[in-house]
Amino acid sequence: MTSAALSRTPLLFRISQALGRRAGVALGIAAFLAFVLVPLLHLVVPAGNVFHLSDYFVTLIGKILCYALVAVAVDLIWGYAGILSLGHGLFFALGGYVFGMYLMRGIGLDGSYHSPLPDFMVFLDWKELPWFWHGSDSFIWAVVMVLLVPALIAFIFGFFAFRSRIKGVYFSIITQALTFAAMLLFFRNETGFGGNNGFTDFKRILGYSITAPETRVTLFALSALALMLTLVGANYLMKSKFGRVLAAIRDAESRVMFLGYNTLWYKLFVWTLSAMLCAIAGALYVPQVGIINPSEMSPANSIEIAIWVAVGGRGTLIGPVIGAGIVNLAKSWFTVSFPQYWLFFLGTLFIVITLYLPNGVVGLWNSLRARMKS
Amino acid sequence: MNFRRAYFLLALLLLWVSHAAAALNLDVVKQLAADDSDEKIAAISKLLASGDKQAAAVLRAMNDDALFVAGEQVFFLQDEKAIDAVTGAVLPSTPDPADAVIVNNRVRAKLENALAGLKLLDTDKGVRLTAARELQSNVGPGMLLILEQALAQESDPQIKQLLTYAHAQASLQSEDAKVRLAAVQELGKSESTTVKSMLLALLQKNGDSFAEPDAAVRTAAQAGIKSIESRLVWSASINNIFSGLSLGSILLLAALGLAITYGVMGVINMAHGELLMVGAYTTYAVQGVFHAYFPAQETYYVVAAIPVAFLVAALVGMALERLVIRHLYGRPLETLLATWGISLCLIQAARVIFGPQNVEVSNPEWMSGGVEVLANVVLPWNRVFIIGFAVGVLALVWLLLTRTRLGLFVRAVTQNRAMASCVGVHTGRTDMLAFGLGAGIAGLGGVALSQISNVGPDMGQGYIVDSFMVVVLGGVGQLAGAVWAALGLGIMTKLLEGWAGAVVAKIVVLAIIILFIQKRPQGLFALKGRFVES
Repeated sequence: MTSAALSRTPLLFRISQALGRRAGVALGIAAFLAFVLVPLLHLVVPAGNVFHLSDYFVTLIGKILCYALVAVAVDLIWGYAGILSLGHGLFFALGGYVFGMYLMRGIGLDGSYHSPLPDFMVFLDWKELPWFWHGSDSFIWAVVMVLLVPALIAFIFGFFAFRSRIKGVYFSIITQALTFAAMLLFFRNETGFGGNNGFTDFKRILGYSITAPETRVTLFALSALALMLTLVGANYLMKSKFGRVLAAIRDAESRVMFLGYNTLWYKLFVWTLSAMLCAIAGALYVPQVGIINPSEMSPANSIEIAIWVAVGGRGTLIGPVIGAGIVNLAKSWFTVSFPQYWLFFLGTLFIVITLYLPNGVVGLWNSLRARMKS
Repeated sequence: MNFRRAYFLLALLLLWVSHAAAALNLDVVKQLAADDSDEKIAAISKLLASGDKQAAAVLRAMNDDALFVAGEQVFFLQDEKAIDAVTGAVLPSTPDPADAVIVNNRVRAKLENALAGLKLLDTDKGVRLTAARELQSNVGPGMLLILEQALAQESDPQIKQLLTYAHAQASLQSEDAKVRLAAVQELGKSESTTVKSMLLALLQKNGDSFAEPDAAVRTAAQAGIKSIESRLVWSASINNIFSGLSLGSILLLAALGLAITYGVMGVINMAHGELLMVGAYTTYAVQGVFHAYFPAQETYYVVAAIPVAFLVAALVGMALERLVIRHLYGRPLETLLATWGISLCLIQAARVIFGPQNVEVSNPEWMSGGVEVLANVVLPWNRVFIIGFAVGVLALVWLLLTRTRLGLFVRAVTQNRAMASCVGVHTGRTDMLAFGLGAGIAGLGGVALSQISNVGPDMGQGYIVDSFMVVVLGGVGQLAGAVWAALGLGIMTKLLEGWAGAVVAKIVVLAIIILFIQKRPQGLFALKGRFVES
C-alpha cells in the first residue's frame, strides 16, 4: 500500500484497522463497564445493596483512570521516544490549576467571605482579579486554556531543550528542576493561585452540584472516554510512519539524523502532545478529588509516574494503564493498612522492576506465554 | 516650650544638687508613693536625672515591689534589711505599719526604661554595652539628660558611638529645630537600618504636612539616608558574597561526589542526597556516643565524626554499587529510577530508626559566635569552618585523583572506559571504589550540613537538583569545573536572593542554566577529545 492509497482510505477506518479485532473487543467491554454498568450500579442500585458502588469506589477508580491517562502520556515519550521526563507532574497540575480557576469562579458568592473574588484573594486583601484570571468564569475558555497553557509551556521548554540536544539523564534532571521551580513558585501566595492551600471547596460545574452522584458518574465516564480515545489515537499514531521514526530516534538518534530527518520536530511534537494529555488528565482529576495544590508538582510525584509506566511495561500502550492501576490500588491499600511500609514498598518496587522486570508486567506476561507455547 | 526649658533647668539643678548632697530629696522620693501615676512617673524622671547611686537602688527596689511608705519615712527592703530611701542608712527596725508602693503597668514601663538608662552609668563595661545596645531601638526624650551624663563619663569608644546615636535619636523628638538638625546630621553617620527607617519616618507625609515640619531638617535627613544607604549596600554585598561562598562550599561538597560518579559511570545517583543524610545522622550518632562515654571531650565530637561519616557513607555507597547499580550498566535512565527507589528506602529507614522529627545536632562551642569584619558584617564561625573544610576536602580529592594509582584509574575510566579496560584497568573495581569515594565525600558534606541546617529524614531531597546543576554547569569529569560552577551558582543565588527573593532566584538560576546549555552543551570545562555520542 502506497502512502497515496493510504491517504484515500477514511481516517476512522485506518484507526480501527490499526487497532485490530482483539483490542476492539476489549475496548467495547471497557466502554460497556464505564458507560453502562458503573453508572447503573452507582445511581440505580440503592445504597446498602451488595452491588451498589460506593462514592469512594467510583472516585477512586475515576482518579486511577486519570492517573492511567498520565501514565500513557509519559509512556509516549519515554517508551516510544526514549525521553524520560521527571517533570510531567507539572503539566498535570497545570491542567488541574487552569480548570480549578474555572471551578473557583463557579463558587460565586457562596464562599466564606461572600465575595465574587475567590476566598484566598479576599484573605490577601486583593481588590480585583489578576489579569491571568481573565475569562476564567467561562467553561469554554477554561477548556481551551487547559489545552493551550501547558502545551505552550511544554513547547517552549522542549524547543530549547531539544534544540541543544539535551538528552538522557541531563534532560530528566532538568525537567525535574523545572517542576521543582514551578512548585516553589506556586507555593507563594503572591503568585495568585492560592499559595500552599491551592484551590478547594468547589461548589458546582456548569451549574450542576459537584458532589451530586450524577456529576460524579459523568466525570468518571469522561475520564474513561478520554483514556480510551487516547489509547486508540496513540495506537494509530505509533503504528504510523511517525511512530516508526520516533522509535528509530529512541534507538539510534544519530543515524536518524544522518538519514536526513530533523529529529527536533518529532520529539517536540510528541513531547507537547504528551504534556497536553497530562493537562487533560489533570483537568478531569481536580473536580473528582475536589482539591489542587502545589504539592502535585513535587518532583517525587513526577518520578512516581515513571514507576507506573515501568511496572506496567514501557513501549506498550496497555502497560501504563495496568501499571497505574496496580501501583495506585496498592497505594490506597498500603496507606490505610500499613502507612509505615508504603515508602519501603514503593522504593523496593523501583529497584526490583528496573533490575528484574525491565519490560514490566506486560513483558512478564509475554515471556510467560512464549514459554508456554514452546 | 518655656515650661520645657524650665523643666530642663530644674533637672540640671537637681543634677547639681544631688551631686552636691549625697542624699536624695525627700519630696521627690515621697512623690514616688503618690496616688497618681503621672506624679509617680514625674518622680521617676527626676530620680533618673539625678544619676545618683542611691536613686538607682530606690528605683530597682520599686521595680521589685519592695518600696514601702511608713508615715513620713520611705524605705525599701534589701536582703531582709530595711533601708531608708533618702539617706541610704540601714534602719534599726522595720517600721510598722507600712504601705507598699503600687506599681501599675504604665509606671512599670517607665521604671524599666529608667533602669536601663541607669545601667549606662554602671561600672561594668559589659553592662554598659548591653544597655547602650538596647537603647538603640527604644529611646525617648526623657533619657536625654542621663545620656548626656553617660556620654561625658564614657571612655570606651564603641559604647560612646552607640550613646551618640541614642542621644541623636532622643534629640530627634526635641521641639527645637536646631537640636533636631544636629541630631539628623549625627544619625547620618550611622550604618544601621533602624536609623535609616527612623530618618525615613521624618520624611513621611501626614496629609499635607510632613512628619518633620522644618525643611532644613528634611534635607539633612535625605542626605543622611543616602549616605547610610551607600554604606549599607557595601556591607550587604559583602554579606551576600560571603553567604554565597558558604552556600557554594556546601554545593561543592554535595556535587563533588556526584561529579566523580557521574563522570566515571555516566549514571546519576538519585540517592546521593540521602548519602548526605547518612553523613549527618552519623554525626548525630557520634555526638551521642561522645555524650555518653567521653563527656569531657564532647566539644570535639565533630572532628571524630568526619572520618566515621566518610566511612559509613562510603560503605553504603559501595554496597549500592555492588548490589544495584552495577547490574544496570548501560541503562542510565533505569539507574536513575532504581537509585530513586533506594533513596525512598533510605529516607523511610531514617524515619523508622531516628523518628520522623529532626534530631538535634549541636554546634560545638568553638564553632559558635562569629568574627566581626566590619560593622554589620559578622562572619559566623561555623560558616567560616565549612568554607575551610570544603577547601580541605577539595585539596584531598585533587591529590587523590592526580597523585595516586586509584586516581589515575578513575581518570582513565572517565575518559574512555573501553580503552582503559584494554590496557588492564580493572574497571569493575574502579567503579566500586569511585562510587565509594563519591559517597564518602557526600558523607563529609553531611557532617558540614549538620552544623548549619536541620538534620532530618528529608534533608537530602533538596540537594540532588542543585548538585546536578553544578555537574551540568561544570562539565563532566573536571574538578575545576565543579569548583567554579558551585561557587558561581552559590554566589549568583545569594545575590539574586537579596534582589528578588529566594523563589524567584531559584527560577532565574534554572532559566540561566537552561540558556547556558544552549551555548555550551558540554558545560564550562569540557573534556577535550573525540567522542561519538552513544
